Amino acid sequence: MKLGTFSYLPPMTPQQVRQQVEYIVARGWNPAIEHADPQCMAGSYWTMWKLPLFGETSVERILAEAEACRKANPGHVVRLIGYDNVRQTLGAALVVHHA
Amino acid sequence: MAQPAAAGKYSAGVKDYRQAYWQPHYAVKDTDLLACFKITPQAGVPREEAAAAVAAESSTGTWTTVWTDLLTDLEHYKGRAYRIEDVPGDDTCFYAFIAYPIDLFEEGSVVNVFTSLVGNVFGFKAIRALRLEDVRFPIAYVMTCGGPPHGIQVERDKMDKYGRPLLGCTIKPKLGLSAKNYGRAVYECLRGGLDFTKDDENVNSQPFMRWRDRFGFVAEAIRKAEAETGERKGHYLNVTAPTPEQMYQRAEFAKELGMPIIMHDFLTGGFCANTGLANWCRENGVLLHIHRAMHAVIDRDRHHGIHFRVLLKALRLSGGDHLHTGTVVGKLEGDRQATLGWIDLLRERFVKEDRSRGIFFDQDWGSMPGAFAVASGGIHVWHMPALLAIFGDDAVFQFGGGTLGHPWGNAAGAAANRVALEACVQARNEGRELEREGKDILLAAARSSPELKAAMETWKEVKFEFDVVDKLDAVSA
Repeated sequence: MKLGTFSYLPPMTPQQVRQQVEYIVARGWNPAIEHADPQCMAGSYWTMWKLPLFGETSVERILAEAEACRKANPGHVVRLIGYDNVRQTLGAALVVHHA
Repeated sequence: MAQPAAAGKYSAGVKDYRQAYWQPHYAVKDTDLLACFKITPQAGVPREEAAAAVAAESSTGTWTTVWTDLLTDLEHYKGRAYRIEDVPGDDTCFYAFIAYPIDLFEEGSVVNVFTSLVGNVFGFKAIRALRLEDVRFPIAYVMTCGGPPHGIQVERDKMDKYGRPLLGCTIKPKLGLSAKNYGRAVYECLRGGLDFTKDDENVNSQPFMRWRDRFGFVAEAIRKAEAETGERKGHYLNVTAPTPEQMYQRAEFAKELGMPIIMHDFLTGGFCANTGLANWCRENGVLLHIHRAMHAVIDRDRHHGIHFRVLLKALRLSGGDHLHTGTVVGKLEGDRQATLGWIDLLRERFVKEDRSRGIFFDQDWGSMPGAFAVASGGIHVWHMPALLAIFGDDAVFQFGGGTLGHPWGNAAGAAANRVALEACVQARNEGRELEREGKDILLAAARSSPELKAAMETWKEVKFEFDVVDKLDAVSA
């Protein structure tokens, strides 16, 4: 099964994930974290981890939230979103932790 | 003609067009529809007279005075030539700017606008050649049109694709496959990693593959590919048909099968059919891919016809969620700066006048959705870095031969394209310069993708480096 953009590439290293987070921040998008049980990944909605991190520009804090989500939801897939509120779309959506 | 001073006095005969239709001091209204024509007049015809003639013949005028002119207020209804400019580097022709009052056009009718603007006037004897370069549609008129049935953002949500361009492939050979074999080719592409496959524009409902059979096998292919990959997939089911009734019948069947997207050829099918189908798509939640067969007949000559940016604006008003825009780098015509100009006109909310990109007017689209630019024709994995740099994310890259021509088949070709695309997106997001570092990016990605490696070896030497015929008029010449 594939999980969207970047799912045809080898899993990213922590440094590569960090660069994608930097891209989301540089574009001025609002980071958000979602997670799902591997059995329930279909459909448009995964479970939100807290509210989106509106205005958050610290790459460290964003990565720390993703890690906190992973720890709190063992066995789940964790996805990082960059909400583009101007265009009302997801500028970025990538899996940062595979189950 | 109908000068207020002459009201009540009728004198028959032929007058110079410029008496009534050349108004260099006219103050353009926000509600006027503005057009820029490139006029090549016959020898001896003054510029102002030729420009006024175009304004007259594309609005209220005819060759002679008629008494019924005096029964209306032609000052209110007539089009006016209000500006003339040199064409840089070409003294055989000039630009004429014409303002048309909004009252001249039926609301929401691309058909009506073009019947006036590019009707009889294009055969007019006083001009040797005529080209409609650009049109400014006033926001008041834009808001009467339906536009793209869904638009870029809605399509991303429906198809669940974010942060990258989409990938497609036109199934080949474009004519002659049976429906079942055709479905096989679709399935292989989609399971390999493409988002969409596409009916070629010539594929309608020929004896070798009737539409209903094709739709059925394609639907099965999509369902199977979706189940295997967990991704949403689509195939542009071409519903272009001999009559509107048959077009809607095909569209209804695609909807019954739960298909996410259908396709139409907006020029051969016509603006009337296209606008109707776009409305149907909006009401039925089906995405609409638009092909542009016949466009090069109309837009390729630099002195005569309609520029593609105008055809594109017509399509955005008439409705479509995707439109073919050329690739810049592939086998088909397309100047880079001009292409950048018209893909903005397809996708953005507001586009500023920019002569360096061939845009003659500010264009405000208001709340009308934008559509995906489709790059298709002679492209392969080596073009991926340039395509991403040129088009950005809101585009569909369609590799026909560049998928199906892979030595290991469609699925491998699809995987190669998907890996190449994702590697380029990743690299761009990391701040790397795609067009300078493209080769390194692809070579690195190929180390973990034998499919990409094989594709790169197959197409290394294929290039399309002919000069374009329809160049922008040199701004600095």
